[in-house]
Amino acid sequence: MNYHWDWLFFFQEADDGLKYYEWIISGMGWTVAVSLGALAVALLLGSVLGVMRTTPSRLLVAIGDTYVDVFRNVPLIVQLFMWFFVIPEFLPEKLGLWVKQELPYLVTAIIGLGLYTAARIAEQVKSGINALARGQRFAGLALGFTEWQTYRYVRLPMAYRIVLPAITSEAMNIFKNSAVTYAVGILELYFQYKQIIEKTSQVLEITIVVTAIYFGLAFAMNRVLAFIEKRSAVPGLITGGKGGH
Amino acid sequence: MIEIKNVSKWYGSFQVLTDCTTHVNKGEVVVVCGPSGSGKSTLIKCVNGLEPFQQGSIVVDGTAVEAPKTNLPKLRSRVGMVFQHFELFPHMTITDNLAIAQIKVLGRKRDEAIDKGMKLLDRVGLKAHAHKFPGQLSGGQQQRVAIARALAMDPICMLFDEPTSALDPEMINEVLDVMVELAREGMTMMCVTHEMGFARKVAHRVIFMDRGAIVEDASKDDFFGQPRSERAQTFLAKILQH
Repeated sequence: MNYHWDWLFFFQEADDGLKYYEWIISGMGWTVAVSLGALAVALLLGSVLGVMRTTPSRLLVAIGDTYVDVFRNVPLIVQLFMWFFVIPEFLPEKLGLWVKQELPYLVTAIIGLGLYTAARIAEQVKSGINALARGQRFAGLALGFTEWQTYRYVRLPMAYRIVLPAITSEAMNIFKNSAVTYAVGILELYFQYKQIIEKTSQVLEITIVVTAIYFGLAFAMNRVLAFIEKRSAVPGLITGGKGGH
Repeated sequence: MIEIKNVSKWYGSFQVLTDCTTHVNKGEVVVVCGPSGSGKSTLIKCVNGLEPFQQGSIVVDGTAVEAPKTNLPKLRSRVGMVFQHFELFPHMTITDNLAIAQIKVLGRKRDEAIDKGMKLLDRVGLKAHAHKFPGQLSGGQQQRVAIARALAMDPICMLFDEPTSALDPEMINEVLDVMVELAREGMTMMCVTHEMGFARKVAHRVIFMDRGAIVEDASKDDFFGQPRSERAQTFLAKILQH
């Protein structure tokens, strides 16, 4: 192999005065920011939608189902372009202009990735709730709980435990999916990766490093959720996995 | 206490309850029996509004269950219910299972709720298990906790929906003992059960249902002595055979 290995190029200065390793760290920071922000949006909205789809109200079920259908069936990158370029045109003129010019890209990217992932979380939360025996709802209601209280105290605590392994996968995916946001101008890890290749041509080193970082981020998320899964395990109850995989 | 008048219920075009009329007086123990699919569980779930019904009326302690204005959660908090599959909350300790509705529905203080729960747990003989989770108890123990949980709400009456049908035979008696004691203390009870021994011991009246209708509604002695309907006779003959 005639490749010229040069691991020290990371410490060379780039055109902007920063060193290449600083580009990587900065990219990683944006990746983490987009991912965690989107995960928060996805968990919150996904839970609300998931619950809506299990209520006796036909209207709420229809709204939830439609959302999931739309957001699961359109590619993420197309959705991001929608949020950045198409939706602002349909807003009132001033608001649209504000979104295009003032609203930080980061917020739009978080919303785009968050709403996409919410559809997937909603599907899981729904299946978790439906996996519970119907009698649990009855038992809650019979004690005088309102419908909402049966979710809050009885159904959701168990549903989340059941679907935690699936949510772990989503949370790991979100780091990987966040790479797509480079296309709408977020200076995240994948963007920096492309930049560095163009500037230095040290493709192998940078690819190895970026691969390791994405792996590390997803794996860290996996460990955090495996820890939560272990901590929230119910004594005397057999659930799916032993944490993480 | 409980007035059921001309109640009919359909699932789509299938009629599950046909013109059911009966009542449970204060302090009375009424046993509901009948072959499976006869509508007994559905009827008892109509009493606290867990199952809606399309015709007729049910009045519990002066409150009409089917009236749109009725505050169902409030009514249900005063009517205890015990289910076939116990339905304890698996993610909570026994202590919390007993306390949660007292705190969140009745607004009792946590200490007070736990105290009350402990007393009832002691009464069903399970005080030593307070710190455990439902999955760590046997079926019979879980059902006794479920009875204690319902009693913790100070109910005006208790509904039992086949409380021993999901239990291993050796655990049935520990649950029936608790129910017998409750009946002897004068609790108003409506029990769907096949335990004819229990019915003989404490029931005041026995209701026999078949295909969604109340076929027989008689005092215990009349029911076991000489059931009027042929279907009740056949049913009794079958389950008392052994």
